[in-house]
Amino acid sequence: MDNKNVIICRCSDVTMEELYDLFDKGYTSFEELKRIKRVGMGPCQANTCGKMVQWELAKYLNKPLEDVKFQNYRPFTLGVKLNAIKEASEDEDES
Amino acid sequence: MERGMYMRHKEAVIIGAGPAGLKAAKSLCEAGASVTIIDRNKDLGGQLTKQTHKFFGSEKQYASVRGIEILKILLNDLLEYGTQCEILNETSVVGLYHDKVIACVKDDKFFKIKAESIIIATGASEKSIPFENNDLPGIYAAGAVQTLMNQYGVKPGDKVLMVGSGNIGLIVSYQLMQAGVEVVKLVEAAPSISGYLVHASKIQRLGVDILTQTSIKRAIGKEQVEKVELWNLDETWQGMEGSEQTLEVDTVCISVGLAPLTELLMQVGAEVMYVRELGGNVPKIDHRYQTTVKGVYACGDVCGIEEASSAMVEGALSGIHAAFDLGYTIDDEKRKVKALKEELKFLRSGPHAAKIRAGYNKLGVMI
Repeated sequence: MDNKNVIICRCSDVTMEELYDLFDKGYTSFEELKRIKRVGMGPCQANTCGKMVQWELAKYLNKPLEDVKFQNYRPFTLGVKLNAIKEASEDEDES
Repeated sequence: MERGMYMRHKEAVIIGAGPAGLKAAKSLCEAGASVTIIDRNKDLGGQLTKQTHKFFGSEKQYASVRGIEILKILLNDLLEYGTQCEILNETSVVGLYHDKVIACVKDDKFFKIKAESIIIATGASEKSIPFENNDLPGIYAAGAVQTLMNQYGVKPGDKVLMVGSGNIGLIVSYQLMQAGVEVVKLVEAAPSISGYLVHASKIQRLGVDILTQTSIKRAIGKEQVEKVELWNLDETWQGMEGSEQTLEVDTVCISVGLAPLTELLMQVGAEVMYVRELGGNVPKIDHRYQTTVKGVYACGDVCGIEEASSAMVEGALSGIHAAFDLGYTIDDEKRKVKALKEELKFLRSGPHAAKIRAGYNKLGVMI
């Protein structure tokens, strides 16, 4: 399989090859991978790539899936326009 | 938005208007609580909106009625409660906080809801698999194909490779054929077909080959999928060089299972546990569907991937418990809960539900 052409994270266009390069460099947790490569930080918030990354990590580390920690989730789940927050907070100040 | 609407106070908020969420809403309304249902889609119903097939399961959970017809019944049930049941559709929950504040976006407007009780019924998302050129146009998840075909009447392609033999893969294959689309082959990575044999036989009778221990190696095409290469898998699920075969298809439909959508549960601080048999991370719920955060409940596929029938029963149960905790007296509560629990036990009694039973056992939930 040519790992250059296998997309793992389609939001941030991260390939299987890039993922394994990072594994080899020692980045073997989702939290690290997402900070370095933005995998799982796009619109799908790891709902598509997350399970695949977890699977590949389990294979690479030779661990059961249960032992590969998944990423943490924080607000917001979607992009929110700054203007929407600004308008809402102005409303809050007045009310 | 009106002035002063920045932080709305609500009694019971249900996130997700699929089979579980709609049933939870009904239980809460029945008990007298004010309910707000939030769903990111325009049409309520979750997966029911595209399920044109008839249900199995039990008569009480509408066996032999089509999913889209069940949806009409569930929505109709809520209509009689009028404004007691508020519906916020096309509304996305973007954040959920420990103090039961729900951050929402609707029509580019941002607002928050402070709820006394929250039921999370967000369902699941589709899993995917890695293969070469998996970003070519023409590669869909099975749910997307169902949405295109059954909800919007759009044909996804002419010649399809179906990947995955779970019930969704089998049912969508049949629906594709009904729509005049050729299902060229169905491949399954496991050694045996994973969905109901009755669904598998139906498409096999119509001439679809089901290949087990086979997967997609790569998609081939310039602007879109033109061909696919399949290969056999060994007992460690690795592709075997030299076993490749090429098929001419213009569409690949991926149906390799679902994973619970637990992001909101994790945001609110509810403990989750990875249970393979239930599809991934699931909330640690007690026997009353309450998560480890007081006043936050979960039901349906977000608690473990099952059928819509069980989701409906779980929804009804969690609604009753949430209403009770809000201080409402429910007529005949004990009998209702007992009957629903028996119903759930029946739905999970068959050999196909062995995995589900094992999963809940791991989670420590009595079923």
